[in-house]
Amino acid sequence: MEFFLLSFFLIQFIRKRLETAVKSPDLDKMLVFARYFSIGLTAAYYIFNQSTFIHWLWYPFLGGIFWLLYNHEEYKQIRSLVQSAIPFIVVSFIGDFADLILPKKIFNQYDNYIETAKVFAGLWLIAFWYNSQKQQKTLEREREEQRKKDEVNEAKKDALEYLVNERTIELTRQKEELQKTLDELTATQNQLIQSEKMASLGELTAGIAHEIQNPLNFVNNFSEVSVELCQELEEEISKTAIADADKEYINGIISDLSQNQQKITHHGKRADSIVKGMLQHSRASSGMKEPTDVNALADEYMRLAYHGLRAKDKEFNATLVTDFDPTMGKVDVMPQDLGRVFLNLFTNAFYAVAEKKKLNKDNPAFASYKPEVKIITKLFGGKLYIRVSDNGTGMPESVISKIFQPFFTTKPTGQGTGLGLSMSYDIITKSHEGRLDVTSVAGEGTEFKITLPV
Amino acid sequence: MKILVVDDEPDVQALFEQRFRKEIRNGEFQFSFAFSGEEAIGYLESHASEVVMILSDINMPGMSGIELLKSIRKDHPMAPPIIMMITAYGDTDNYDQAMKFGADDFLTKPVNFTELKQKLQERYEG
Ligand SMILES: Nc1ncnc2c1ncn2[C@@H]1O[C@H](COP(=O)(O)OP(=O)(O)O)[C@@H](O)[C@H]1O
Ligand SMILES: [Mg+2]
Repeated sequence: MEFFLLSFFLIQFIRKRLETAVKSPDLDKMLVFARYFSIGLTAAYYIFNQSTFIHWLWYPFLGGIFWLLYNHEEYKQIRSLVQSAIPFIVVSFIGDFADLILPKKIFNQYDNYIETAKVFAGLWLIAFWYNSQKQQKTLEREREEQRKKDEVNEAKKDALEYLVNERTIELTRQKEELQKTLDELTATQNQLIQSEKMASLGELTAGIAHEIQNPLNFVNNFSEVSVELCQELEEEISKTAIADADKEYINGIISDLSQNQQKITHHGKRADSIVKGMLQHSRASSGMKEPTDVNALADEYMRLAYHGLRAKDKEFNATLVTDFDPTMGKVDVMPQDLGRVFLNLFTNAFYAVAEKKKLNKDNPAFASYKPEVKIITKLFGGKLYIRVSDNGTGMPESVISKIFQPFFTTKPTGQGTGLGLSMSYDIITKSHEGRLDVTSVAGEGTEFKITLPV
Repeated sequence: MKILVVDDEPDVQALFEQRFRKEIRNGEFQFSFAFSGEEAIGYLESHASEVVMILSDINMPGMSGIELLKSIRKDHPMAPPIIMMITAYGDTDNYDQAMKFGADDFLTKPVNFTELKQKLQERYEG
């Protein structure tokens, strides 16, 4: 019976301490089998009338278990504890062996000692186990504490890591922002350089135009006077007495000469109007309102802008639609300033339609697209209304909100200064105390509305 | 009518002489030419009473048309000649200046001779 208890607890102990059910199922199966075996052994012992033979089977069984324990590394940590059972087994063995070989009379003499030794070995075993169990508990408690500490540390570490992450993200964001600002600054600088170049180009054009104007005046004047001279010459020749055939011949030459002079005058005038345009555009504002034919001014700048773009892009083509109020007469405005506004609005409009055409040149849906720029003027109720509209690229809301800011442009460097509309806005709202409004639909077109008090 | 034309461009003389060929021939106009402001002052000193009208460019090296205008208005307060200034296209500064210093009329370059002839004839007749 005591062996049954011993083996039962021993097996139970091994299974629990080594957590075999989880860690090594094979071993666990063996141990479970060993338990059944021990139960079987006990049952057989009682079935066969407390057979001595069966009782002896305990020794090889226990021996087997110990042999297992000593031959497998994984049992190392419980070996010393299991060893505590050895004295009990040895004492039992000695007792049983003595019972077997000694005559009953002599054995009975020593039986008491053996039983006592057995009790002591048993007590020792129990004490040892109890102690070990206690140690185990402390150890577990310590482990639990360590685990808790680890958990706390882990949490702290997580928190720290989170913080570091946060900081890293923040820093990266800041870095990106700085980079963006730097890019913007660089772009602004480029634009400034560009507009500075444009400004000096404007001055240069003004200078060149002035220089060209004088010689050009001579060309025009001399050719004009030569036409007159040719006429006089013709008259004079008709008075002379030269043969008719000769007269005709001479007149032919004179007529050619006169035609040539007319051609020189014509082309000289053309050059002259270009020079005038250049001067007018680069000229500083007079800041004076004067009676102006706004329709003619708008028309002139519409053409100027159109031909300006045509000169750069031969492919470009657009329909110019004008709807001028014929009853308008002359209106008090600053002609140069308003001219600049027109030039800007028209240049933008032509750019927008050209861009739309370019962007959709491979799109069959746009095959019938007709670029169109339109101007409407109307004098009504003491106000002058001017509308410049196009069916070009249009603008999204995000662009519309920025177009009147100086230097805002969506055009590639060299094609836009972003100053056109901000300048136009100042001219309309400040110099003329009017309004400049815009409506636009992305992909559809744009309309600028000028309202001037007159 | 004696007209003094002041311009630093020598070709101006040929141009005027051809443009006003008829008027010169029939004695309507008589042109003299000076190629700088200084020269014009010198000419006026010796022909003061003859010159009825002065036509002067503004942009000239040395003495400018404006300075010439000022000096004439100062030195000849009596029987002042008519002074017409020729301003470059769009040169509002000089226009304002000439106005201020008492120019009688203005022409812008390039000179429209039909217009000038008309103006001269009005003065001649009136
Ligand atoms: N008619 C238009 N159609 C589409 N976008 C336009 C139009 N007019 C102006 N814009 C937009 O407004 C921006 C600013 O215009 P502006 O001040 O004239 O400068 P810039 O023409 O030099 O770019 C343009 O870059 C363009 O994006
Ligand atoms: Mg623009």
